[in-house]
Amino acid sequence: MYSIVTTAILHGIDSLPVSVEADVSDGLPIFEMVGFLASEVRESRERVRTALRNCGHQLPAKRITINLSPSNIKKSGNGFDLPITVAILAALGIVPEDALKDTLVIGEIGLNGAILAVEGVLPILLKAKELGIRRCIVPKDNHMEAALVEDLTIFPADHIRSVMDYFSGTKDPGEKLCLPIAPKVSEYLDFADVNGQRMLRRACEIAVSGMHNLLMVGPPGAGKTMVAKRIPGILPPMALAERMEVSKIYSVCGMLHASDGLMEHRPFRAPHHTISPQGLAGGGMVPKPGEVSLAHRGVLFLDELPEFQKSTLEILRQPMEDKKITISRVNGSFTYPADFLLVCAMNPCKCGYYPDRTRCRCANTSIRRYLERISQPLLDRIDLCAEAEPVTYRDLTGQEKGETSAQIRTRVLAAQEMQRTRYQKESWYFNSQIPVSKLSAYCVLGKKETAYMERMYEKLHLSARAYHKLIKLSRTIADLEQSEQITIRHLTEAVCYRSIDKKYWEV
Amino acid sequence: MEDLTYAYWLANIKGIGTKTIHQLYKYCGSAKAVWYLSGSELRKLYGITEESAARISHSKEGWDLDQEWDRLLARGISFVSLEQQCYPRRLREIYDPPYGLYYIGQLPPDEAPSVGIVGGRACSSYGKDIAKRAGKCLAGNGVSIISGMARGIDGFGHEGALDGGGKTYAVLGCGVNVVYPPEHAELYERIVAQGGILSEYPPDMPPRPGFFPMRNRIIAGLSDLLLIIEAKEKSGSLITADCALEQGKDIYAVPGQITDPLSAGCNRLIRQGAGILLSPEELVCELHLLPEKNKLPLEKSERLVYSCLDLLPKSMEKISEETALDIATLAEILFSLEEKGLVQETWQNHYISVN
Repeated sequence: MYSIVTTAILHGIDSLPVSVEADVSDGLPIFEMVGFLASEVRESRERVRTALRNCGHQLPAKRITINLSPSNIKKSGNGFDLPITVAILAALGIVPEDALKDTLVIGEIGLNGAILAVEGVLPILLKAKELGIRRCIVPKDNHMEAALVEDLTIFPADHIRSVMDYFSGTKDPGEKLCLPIAPKVSEYLDFADVNGQRMLRRACEIAVSGMHNLLMVGPPGAGKTMVAKRIPGILPPMALAERMEVSKIYSVCGMLHASDGLMEHRPFRAPHHTISPQGLAGGGMVPKPGEVSLAHRGVLFLDELPEFQKSTLEILRQPMEDKKITISRVNGSFTYPADFLLVCAMNPCKCGYYPDRTRCRCANTSIRRYLERISQPLLDRIDLCAEAEPVTYRDLTGQEKGETSAQIRTRVLAAQEMQRTRYQKESWYFNSQIPVSKLSAYCVLGKKETAYMERMYEKLHLSARAYHKLIKLSRTIADLEQSEQITIRHLTEAVCYRSIDKKYWEV
Repeated sequence: MEDLTYAYWLANIKGIGTKTIHQLYKYCGSAKAVWYLSGSELRKLYGITEESAARISHSKEGWDLDQEWDRLLARGISFVSLEQQCYPRRLREIYDPPYGLYYIGQLPPDEAPSVGIVGGRACSSYGKDIAKRAGKCLAGNGVSIISGMARGIDGFGHEGALDGGGKTYAVLGCGVNVVYPPEHAELYERIVAQGGILSEYPPDMPPRPGFFPMRNRIIAGLSDLLLIIEAKEKSGSLITADCALEQGKDIYAVPGQITDPLSAGCNRLIRQGAGILLSPEELVCELHLLPEKNKLPLEKSERLVYSCLDLLPKSMEKISEETALDIATLAEILFSLEEKGLVQETWQNHYISVN
């Protein structure tokens, strides 16, 4: 007897359909599995055999052949146990053949027949829906995640027996799961908690409005991390497509807490500075998304920037340009989205207190050495640099309450709306992405403004790149004021956030 | 011009001292009038001895007013007397100003504040460092530095001022063309170029021990404030301090360790009520060098920002906090103040006010 069951494997954040064929025929009793299998899939044979026996279905003394096709793709992952079991049961005639039509099966099984959760259910089911699948059998623990995909009949299975009951028609899929309504209360941290730090707050607002990457420089304990954590909260809320995209990435990593529904909040990722290049970019035999992808549509925060390995930081260059990262491995090349706002923080010197010379005892050479650890190409991609001041007692006791994230977000939304209208016909969305060739078209400077920039160019010894960054930045500052024209006011402020260069540290 | 030639004669009569010159000047009102007094008239004046009168009459013989004057100028030396408007105002106000003042270079300007820096000839590296820093900081902020070009503190005070690109003036206890001490030849040249050498003694006069206390009263007289660094218990600098006190000037001393004999004089001054120098910057503030803030033609918000700045660099964050202005507005205001030359960015986003 022959049967075929549809399942799927993950490929990047997408999935590919895989057919599981089972054939039970006369011959020497053997259980053979073919189809370019990874070892965890090969081991499936023992789990299936034992689990079936423990459920009262001793495998017959026949020649059982399993084939996973297409055979040119390496099959890996833990989701093949259940489809293989179902295929064998169908081939033995225990499960009716026609029940398997338009049905996708996925799940790992234990030796007692229990069905265990797998990773990446969301992207797999989304793909299945595209391919015309109508029913899905998923592990019960993945039920919530599976329910995020609409228009599919989901059967959550906890044991092989219940799967068999379902196919024989003695058990219905049960009530359609009601998805939890997205929590009304925002889980974002609020900017109102930050006392003082006016400059830093303003810098964040500008950075988010034009999606400019941000570098914060300041002594330890000034509140750089605190501010960074609040940045996702002033980004615009995610659209449904974005939420789905982010949820898929987290699902692939097994990090989707599906009980909360689709990812509601923009991610904030703060990898430790000891992270490896693979950890940041993504990696493994079958590459999993790295921190750059986990920060997709959110914020990637690199605290203690000079402490990161240079080779690790170099990784960031491609995703920052292309908004995605491609990882090539033996098993193929995988592309993960990586569109994030980069926020970095660093101390101005080793002890952290420069230029306060009453506290900073660093030698000039040691300060220089500290700074040389940051790669210039990375600095070139950071438009905004803001200083954090040490917190004073007055700040601490909080006489002055800062604005709330909601207030800031209103302005950010308006500024982004302006950019969207302006760049309708272009291939980019934000001021930070304006190519140099189009700069003069979108950032027109008046006579007075041109004269000012000319003077600043001389005075601050700007490079061409730094000049372009300042212009883009002032475009965003103008947008925040809903001004189509860039004026001196906008330029002077942009100059305050000019990128730090080596000169900054020279007394 | 003509008056100067008479004044120059009066100041150069052999055997006539400052006191006599003063009396003559007081009676006659000008050197020219003295020149035309007859011998009998001279003798009638109260306090003029027979001998003095004879010397004055005698001196007129063989003294060609214009020729002598031209000879002086040809040597690159200038001369000014109490009769001239350009005589330093501060010096004119003291009890016994010198009638004539020889100088090479310039005279200290009346409008700029001036500080005298004096101290011991023997000094430690601490004194040397403070003298240089004080000179540099004060001169860099437009203060004229007055001192005596002596070894030790005096010389370092001058040096600091020169390094700071400011003006400095040396008052000598010998003729203005005599370099004393000789190892300060280079310093002498630099002071001429960046200030001036002054003396009440005629050119070519060698230094004499008695001249120095007199010279000190001029140093004190030319200064608005006297700064004393590393003076021993019995130091010439203390004479300068006494002069300054008599003239009603402020005195600041640099404190030293009580076991340090080099600073014993300074410490005693402090005990007697002299001001203590904590940092040259602070002294600059105390001299009220900042322009009167309310008189500047500034907009309201500009004045608000300007008034919270001083000589210590302040970050935009702090300024914003103190003025409650948002960063965008603040950046614009700071730019316009910088345009007007009132503030300066010392390092990124840190500002000071400038005079």
